[in-house]
Amino acid sequence: MVRQVTVNGSRHEIDLPDDVPLLWVLRDALGLTGTKYGCGVAACGACTVHIDGQAVRSCQVALADVWGPVTTIEGLGQPGALHALQQAWIDHQVAQCGYCQSGQIMQAADLLAVNPVPSDAEIDAAMAGNLCRCGTYPRIRAAVHAAARAVQEG
Amino acid sequence: MPHWGKIARRSFLIGATAVAGGVAFGVWQYRRDLPNPLEPGEDEVALNPWVIIDQKGVTLIAARAEMGQGVYTTLPALLAEELDVAWDQIRVIHGPAAQAYYNAGLMSHALPTTDYDRTAWQEMMVEAMSILPKMIGLQVTGGSTSTLDAYDKLRQAGATAREVLKQAAAQRLGVAAGALETRDGRVIAPGGVELSYQDLAEDAARITPPRNLELRPAAQWKYLGRAMPRLDMLDKVTGAAQFGIDVRLPGMMFATVRMNPHLGGAMNGFDASAALAMPGVERVIDLGNGIAVVATNTWLAMRAAEAVEIDWGAAPYPATSAAMLDVIRAALDDPPNSTLRDDGDIASATSPDDTVIEAQYSVPWLAHATMEPMSAAAHHTGERLEIWTGSQAPGFAEEAAAKAVGLDPEQVRCHVTYLGGGFGRRGESDFVVLAARIAAALQGTPVQVTWSREEDMRHDFYRPAAVARMKGILRDGRAVGLDGQVAAPSVTRQSMARMTGNPPPGPDKGHVEGMFNQPYAIPNYRVRGHLADLDVPIGFWRSVGNSFNGFFMESFIDEMAIAAGRDPLAFRLELAEAEHAPSAGVLRAVAEMSGWDAPRAPGTAMGVAMTHSFHTPTAVVIEVALRDGAIALTRAWMACDVGTALDPAIIEAQMVGGLVYGLSAAMMEEISFENGAVVQGNFTDYDALRQHQMPTVAVRILETSGHIGGVGEPGTPPAAPALANAVFAMTGQRIRDLPLNTHLRFVG
Repeated sequence: MVRQVTVNGSRHEIDLPDDVPLLWVLRDALGLTGTKYGCGVAACGACTVHIDGQAVRSCQVALADVWGPVTTIEGLGQPGALHALQQAWIDHQVAQCGYCQSGQIMQAADLLAVNPVPSDAEIDAAMAGNLCRCGTYPRIRAAVHAAARAVQEG
Repeated sequence: MPHWGKIARRSFLIGATAVAGGVAFGVWQYRRDLPNPLEPGEDEVALNPWVIIDQKGVTLIAARAEMGQGVYTTLPALLAEELDVAWDQIRVIHGPAAQAYYNAGLMSHALPTTDYDRTAWQEMMVEAMSILPKMIGLQVTGGSTSTLDAYDKLRQAGATAREVLKQAAAQRLGVAAGALETRDGRVIAPGGVELSYQDLAEDAARITPPRNLELRPAAQWKYLGRAMPRLDMLDKVTGAAQFGIDVRLPGMMFATVRMNPHLGGAMNGFDASAALAMPGVERVIDLGNGIAVVATNTWLAMRAAEAVEIDWGAAPYPATSAAMLDVIRAALDDPPNSTLRDDGDIASATSPDDTVIEAQYSVPWLAHATMEPMSAAAHHTGERLEIWTGSQAPGFAEEAAAKAVGLDPEQVRCHVTYLGGGFGRRGESDFVVLAARIAAALQGTPVQVTWSREEDMRHDFYRPAAVARMKGILRDGRAVGLDGQVAAPSVTRQSMARMTGNPPPGPDKGHVEGMFNQPYAIPNYRVRGHLADLDVPIGFWRSVGNSFNGFFMESFIDEMAIAAGRDPLAFRLELAEAEHAPSAGVLRAVAEMSGWDAPRAPGTAMGVAMTHSFHTPTAVVIEVALRDGAIALTRAWMACDVGTALDPAIIEAQMVGGLVYGLSAAMMEEISFENGAVVQGNFTDYDALRQHQMPTVAVRILETSGHIGGVGEPGTPPAAPALANAVFAMTGQRIRDLPLNTHLRFVG
């Protein structure tokens, strides 16, 4: 059946089977390819998006189960109006290959939303599910701290 | 030219001295410019193979793929340094695969000598060898060669373009070119008249470029030597960066493949009826040794592929990794393929009072596990085949794809996207060929082919399993002898056979690199390589032979130091000081950074390792702590000598990245075979280091070696031994078989 989903503020009608994961709705039906496929089993975090503001692995949420508005990396911020985390990622030159970074940033955005000034240990705990084969972890940690400071200082 | 081709092939395939005369001739012959491959548009003027100046500004045609190593930032800096354009005026695109983009640096590693000992004769040979990739059409991103290769060429390109633009301005203004200056993309004449490069570009096309311009000394550099903002960063934090998996075309279908898990085995038959009845499924294509499912959505294609019932043929290799390891171990007693180091006389080096130690080591098969699974988009229109993918070797990919679908290579164009990790995996063409074949079957319809993670992990070109047998002789606290034997399948032979049709004969340097060519003054020092070829697909994995030999060598050097009753770092330093000052320098640096000589923090231990690879000696110290019986990696220090640091922030990132890649493998990665198929399928059973396991890392970059060294790979080889040596210092347990988590527990 045709279902409606709201992604980055826009309503879309999706004609795909109910069990198609949100990840593949975004990537193949809507062409929002900033959200990445890495594992399909919630083991890498590359597909992380927000539903109702909460970070989820979009490879594990069936189309029929999408319970609220979806935000992807494309909706988090755009050139000229970047999210504090995206700016911090640029300032700290975090990305190498860049493939996992959409998921990293979306996961970090969820962390800062619930914990505006996280400690190193809290960053580690929140980000442990997001794999990066390039090894950008130290810069990710520094960028999360920097974004937290930027938001606090307004 | 046929005559030349013969000489080149011979010089490529056999040793250096026999072809000195022929190579020298060849250099002259082959130094002629290749046809410009850029096909500039009507309002564009190509100044040389690397730069387009048009109304949009300056475009650098990068011959290298961006796979995270920052090459889209360092290459423009090389150009801008001489061309005098503002940083934000340069665009970077990947050039079409063409022979003009030969990667000279790659071949400089192929000589069977130690890299740190570069005599004038070797320099000449390295230079001469640089013609060979051009001959065989390499356009490869790998071997930590991108900036090494571009360092002179791009600066020369920038200087040439600048001088031609000045001449064009001089003609238009009627002044001497010598009176003109250049700044931020403009030629500036006395009196303040300014002409933009864009304005001059068409005139510039009519001017014969000067040759061999003098390049600016490092003291005048504005871009090089400092951390430049990466040009790919904004795209990568907003989701706009397009990887091969992200290419979307009008009317596109989505496909996946399921190939024989018994690698190289046949397919006896399949029943696709259940799959064809599944929603969204359009086609099931017979690929001979596997199938493709084409659907309206990638996930529907993956589900349907699992539903195809397939009768697989058997693999052409032993059924289990245990049986494979037996074959590899047995090769230690075969005649060696190489003895690339044989200093002194190891056979008679032992005196009665000497301490002699012996040890055997092993490492497992490894997958690359790039974050982006193999993928490619392709569109076959009958006359042309267009491919979009993240390839480290688009020239090979185009040829292989053309052959697979019966087109001429000129009818195939491979557009290189960003690479979601390369690490050597994307130098292979298998995923491109499959996409080409699927596109040919769907002629007229563009298709995106995405492998599942499981398909990716079970159809890799693996880092081979390897074993070593080591013997050390110690006298009065000093190393008197080292006798190393390595056995493994030959990556060089298999991959070169796959890419060029012929495995190179003669000693395989890559097989023993990281052991035979280490800068240690051990008077009796022999290394022999034994090839144990199995029909398991193997390929280049970040740092290649160094990835296992670094572990064997630097673990055993540690054992020798302990047996000699010496401090492991001081023991290495003494050996390096007498052989290669830059290597001693990186050891001294990590000693100072880590406070090696001070008492350890309570409950911690440190391990050290140093490997000279890709022209860059790199030392690592790792600190570990014991937490509830599990090992935690707390801090790490790295020092590398890159000769000239073109972008310190990118070098730091590459060093840390190389370390993480090596630590991940050392701690927890293993590909094993059962019933002829790979067991591991996803990050659930082939995991990598994660944020909460990451030590803090400090990197120091030294610039004393006198030549530009690679940075993408040298951080990997010392990672495993530094950690294993730290574990030994902590627990007294000497682990000689990786991965470490089969012997102990890590915090995680």
